[in-house]
Amino acid sequence: MALLLNFVIVFVKKLNGNPRNKIIMARKEILKAESKNFNFHYADGTHALKDINIPLYEKKITALIGPSGCGKSTFLRSFNRMHDLYAGNKYDGEIILHPDDTNILDKKVDPIEVRMRISMVFQKPNPFPKSIYENVAYGLRVRGENNKRLLDDKVEEALKGASLWNEVKDRLQDLAYNLSGGQQQRLCIARALATDPEIMLFDEPTSALDPIATVNIEELMSELKKKLTILIVTHNMQQAARISDYTAYMYLGEMIEFDETDTIFTKPSKRATEDYITGKFG
Amino acid sequence: MAKKNPKISRALAKNIRRNFVERLIEIALMLSGLIAVLITFGIVFILVTESLPFFEAVSLKEFLTSTVWTPNFEKKNYGILPLVSGTLTITGIALIVAVPLGTITAVYLSEFASHKIRETIKPVLELLVGVPTVVFGYFALLLVTPLLQKIYPDLPTFNMLGPGIVMGVMIVPYIASVAEDAMRAVPMSMREGAYAMGATRFQTAVSVVMPAATSGIVAAYILAISRGIGETMIVAIAAGQQPNFTFNPVESAATITAYIVSVALGDLEHGGIGYQSIFAAGIVLFIMTLSLNILGQWTRKKFTERY
Amino acid sequence: MSKIIGHEDNINTIRALIKKHKKNDRIFSYIGLFVIGSLAIALLVLFLDLVIDGYPKMNLEFFSNFPSRKPEGAGILSAWVGSALVLIVTFFVAVPMGVASGIYLEEYAKKGWFADLIEINVANLAGVPSIIYGLLALGLFVYEFGLGQSILTAGLTLSLLMLPIVIVATREAIRAIPVHIREAAYAVGATKWQVTLHHVLQYAMGGVLTGIIIGMARAIGETAPVITIGALTFIAFLPPTPVTDVAPFINFAWLEAGFTVLPIQMFNWISRPEHAFHINAAATGAVIIILTLLMNGIAIKLRYSIRKKIKW
Repeated sequence: MALLLNFVIVFVKKLNGNPRNKIIMARKEILKAESKNFNFHYADGTHALKDINIPLYEKKITALIGPSGCGKSTFLRSFNRMHDLYAGNKYDGEIILHPDDTNILDKKVDPIEVRMRISMVFQKPNPFPKSIYENVAYGLRVRGENNKRLLDDKVEEALKGASLWNEVKDRLQDLAYNLSGGQQQRLCIARALATDPEIMLFDEPTSALDPIATVNIEELMSELKKKLTILIVTHNMQQAARISDYTAYMYLGEMIEFDETDTIFTKPSKRATEDYITGKFG
Repeated sequence: MAKKNPKISRALAKNIRRNFVERLIEIALMLSGLIAVLITFGIVFILVTESLPFFEAVSLKEFLTSTVWTPNFEKKNYGILPLVSGTLTITGIALIVAVPLGTITAVYLSEFASHKIRETIKPVLELLVGVPTVVFGYFALLLVTPLLQKIYPDLPTFNMLGPGIVMGVMIVPYIASVAEDAMRAVPMSMREGAYAMGATRFQTAVSVVMPAATSGIVAAYILAISRGIGETMIVAIAAGQQPNFTFNPVESAATITAYIVSVALGDLEHGGIGYQSIFAAGIVLFIMTLSLNILGQWTRKKFTERY
Repeated sequence: MSKIIGHEDNINTIRALIKKHKKNDRIFSYIGLFVIGSLAIALLVLFLDLVIDGYPKMNLEFFSNFPSRKPEGAGILSAWVGSALVLIVTFFVAVPMGVASGIYLEEYAKKGWFADLIEINVANLAGVPSIIYGLLALGLFVYEFGLGQSILTAGLTLSLLMLPIVIVATREAIRAIPVHIREAAYAVGATKWQVTLHHVLQYAMGGVLTGIIIGMARAIGETAPVITIGALTFIAFLPPTPVTDVAPFINFAWLEAGFTVLPIQMFNWISRPEHAFHINAAATGAVIIILTLLMNGIAIKLRYSIRKKIKW
């Protein structure tokens, strides 16, 4: 009897304990990546990220939300080693990529290789001042691909994947800048898709776009997650609620709460999360 | 989940060959970058080594205080002062012309001119900068001097006034562009304070903008002086090539630069004292312009840091 | 004027004050316009005077004759050929080194004493009088390296003059490229050199070209350093041609030849007392100034059209 009680107590504790374990027991999600005790210091000494532990589940959309300056973009940009471009930044801790269990923050790991597996879409659409075709093909050229037939196929595939093909198929040689803002952002998505990434990082991808373009991109992301894993930073809570499967709420460099999106937005376990969600501040 | 010691997967290990090529390219670019340092070093090296024998033969005292410079005559005198006086006089005249004109142009372009006028005038200034100095020299000799002689008939063909004026015109765009940059850098908010009190453009320019841009404007003047001191062809053509210790503009004289040219035109026996004297003169010139340039850049930096 | 403003009878004083200030403002505006107009006119007068004075001589013979003791038959053949050959050397030395230095300083150099040292040197070199470069070339290239008073020496000397211009133009052009374009290229997995070659250089090319054109225009007109290294002023022969009809079809003997250039020819003719030679000088000057004005004009046009085209 006592044994049974113990078992129940332990079971219940486990249920309310580590949220990650709870979810895995429930749905058997596959872990694509995870950050472990990840700390980040900027060159001027700012301790921007403190002990972040966030899992990224395969073929799911994970959203990072939080007020300005909470570190969500900093965290996102660590995934593809963007901080390496600027001297003095320091990574501490690990970001492990599965299934090969590689720590992408390890000094021995080449950031170039990381970026070939993990691609990024930026906040303001930033196509190259080249043709639409060349924008999408560039990632492939950098990997040594020069076979025209192959490039043509992959460019078409990527543009279709970004829901842009029909609009541009007759003017692939046009300058990318002639496209509208929403089209340019989809072009950037196509560019990021062309290299078959395992994870796509989105840094507030629709904040510079009008509402219609925003809807297009959100629908696109829901399609894309069928093939790859997505991590998105967004300022727009409603967007996170709409499209993501998991949400992490961050505040002042710390991860406050991580859970399934539904849970975060309906019954968050931390008071701080609830305050943010309900608009008490932020 | 994660193993205790995560192995670096082969796919993510550094690509050795690619990194080797990258490093090679970086080194090649760095060597190109070093060229500038090498050139400076080369200049100092050559000036010093080639003039060393000169300074062994000529006392520093004579060099710096004698007012006669005749290294290539029978009776050799080695005082640098005549060349310096020629340089300073002509540059002085040039500044009298260029400073007011250049400053007025800068103020007008920065504070008065409409966008259209500014966009039309700035290219004109740039074109003026691009005119070869030998052409300016032609003007000084064949246009300006005869014009001056109509006013002052006793003016000799070779004098310092003509080239001085022409050099002034040549320098105006230098002063105008640096000073204008400095004035444009003054934030609009400062000007708005003055306009809001009812000041006119001219009053704002004089009481707010120019004081705020002082270091930039002064830098412009300093750089202009340096440019004038280093100028060769205008003076070589129109001021004559006879060293003459005087500050009188209506006389002919030679500048340091004109002297170097006159010797180079003749027969240069490598290693003779005549040959070495141009390097000695060159050192003096280099020191003068280098100090002015450093001073000018330091002054200019002060204005960029302010905002 | 320290009266306190506010009363009815002071309104007139204020109005008079404002009127005076506005008048000063207008006067200055006229003065400014006058000064600028004079500068523009001066440039025009310069140009026209040369062209008008030199016009009688500007015919095909002028370009195909050698200079001679008699002004009438003299031409600038050796001068313009010499200028062209020297500029070829200048271009191929100054452009690669200048662009490479610019790329290094903007893309690769880490902040620190090393980059600062190079920067300070480039800034100083831009202000060194051209004749000092002539002295450097005389001592170093002509004698120390034994290159003699040749086209090669002149080309190297002028490339030293052109170098700071190209470096600064390259740096400015690269700096104009916004950060997010670079980040996009890196994010796709490109290496530093790939980003530099495929993106940075291409986008900066317009600005770099502008700098190169301005540098070359300056090199055409430079006289003092070329005189100093000993270019002869009376040359009645041409350097050997670079292209021959026997293998290996290209020779480099022309690099070592004696030569003259256009501005030196003009200088030489001005220095003669005979008026007829002055006409020759004017004609030469017209040629030089047409070339430099044309090149500078093209560079300005190029810069303008770049600014309009690229909207990041």
